[in-house]
Amino acid sequence: MSAGGFLAMGGYAAYVWPAFGLTLAVMLWNVHAARRAHERAREDALRRLPDREPGA
Amino acid sequence: MDWTWFHKLASPPHFYRIAGRLAPGLGWPALVLILAGLYGGLVFAPADFQQGDGFRILYVHAPSAWLSMFIYAMMAIAAGIGLIWRMKLAHAVAIAAAPIGAWFTFLALATGSLWGKPMWGTWWVWDARLTSELILLFLYLGFLALHASIDDTQRADRAAAVLALVGIVNLPIIHYSVYWWNTLHQGSTITKLGRPSITLDMLWPLLVMLVGFTLFFGAVLTRRVQAEVLRRERNAAWLRAELAR
Repeated sequence: MSAGGFLAMGGYAAYVWPAFGLTLAVMLWNVHAARRAHERAREDALRRLPDREPGA
Repeated sequence: MDWTWFHKLASPPHFYRIAGRLAPGLGWPALVLILAGLYGGLVFAPADFQQGDGFRILYVHAPSAWLSMFIYAMMAIAAGIGLIWRMKLAHAVAIAAAPIGAWFTFLALATGSLWGKPMWGTWWVWDARLTSELILLFLYLGFLALHASIDDTQRADRAAAVLALVGIVNLPIIHYSVYWWNTLHQGSTITKLGRPSITLDMLWPLLVMLVGFTLFFGAVLTRRVQAEVLRRERNAAWLRAELAR
């Protein structure tokens, strides 16, 4: 199959590629959002810490 | 039976450490499987004799739809465990799973819409399968909104858990909607017991994608649960030790 034929998706390119592209975008966003949430939680936890002494 | 492993796992600090190792262990295999599934679905599998290359949307639509329901079931079970046994970690799992589930429900709806337009001639139809999937999205958003609207974490956990448990009734409705009602949506491809209505060349990329998406969810979930554990933990000694790493 030629590259052009592959991209044309038998005439369904306008539906197939947006479906795959959207899925990819949402999955990448989920990875990013989870990492950011973890990073922020770490920073917030670090900010909370100095108020308390261990065992206090 | 010795249950100490379970109590250990349920302790947030212990879980936090395990999750740190688990996330890449799930994420990398997920990436490999999804790449293999993409190749299989877009290049290797033959075009469908009725739907041509348009059927390839199946390879992102079906795994998204599967996750939309799997995540809800898991979220509701976790919320139920948190409600009944007052296990803090279970509530953290439920609230961490909800946004991921909402995203995959959105994907199932959006990719389904992109598939429906060329095959049915419409982006949307108020049919049983589509409507019940849309309700699933509202259940996720309602769960998140209810949780966010209550300041006290423990009360928020319990209120949202009740909503999640009530919403479980929607899952069999989604699954059986294509059999119970006249619907435009096609029946299942692989859940007919033992006899998939699909050729092996089309089937393996789908199975690979289903496993890949599920592992992907596991990886993203463990990161989010880690964040949730940090947010909720009030044990300064443990936090200090953990964050010093």
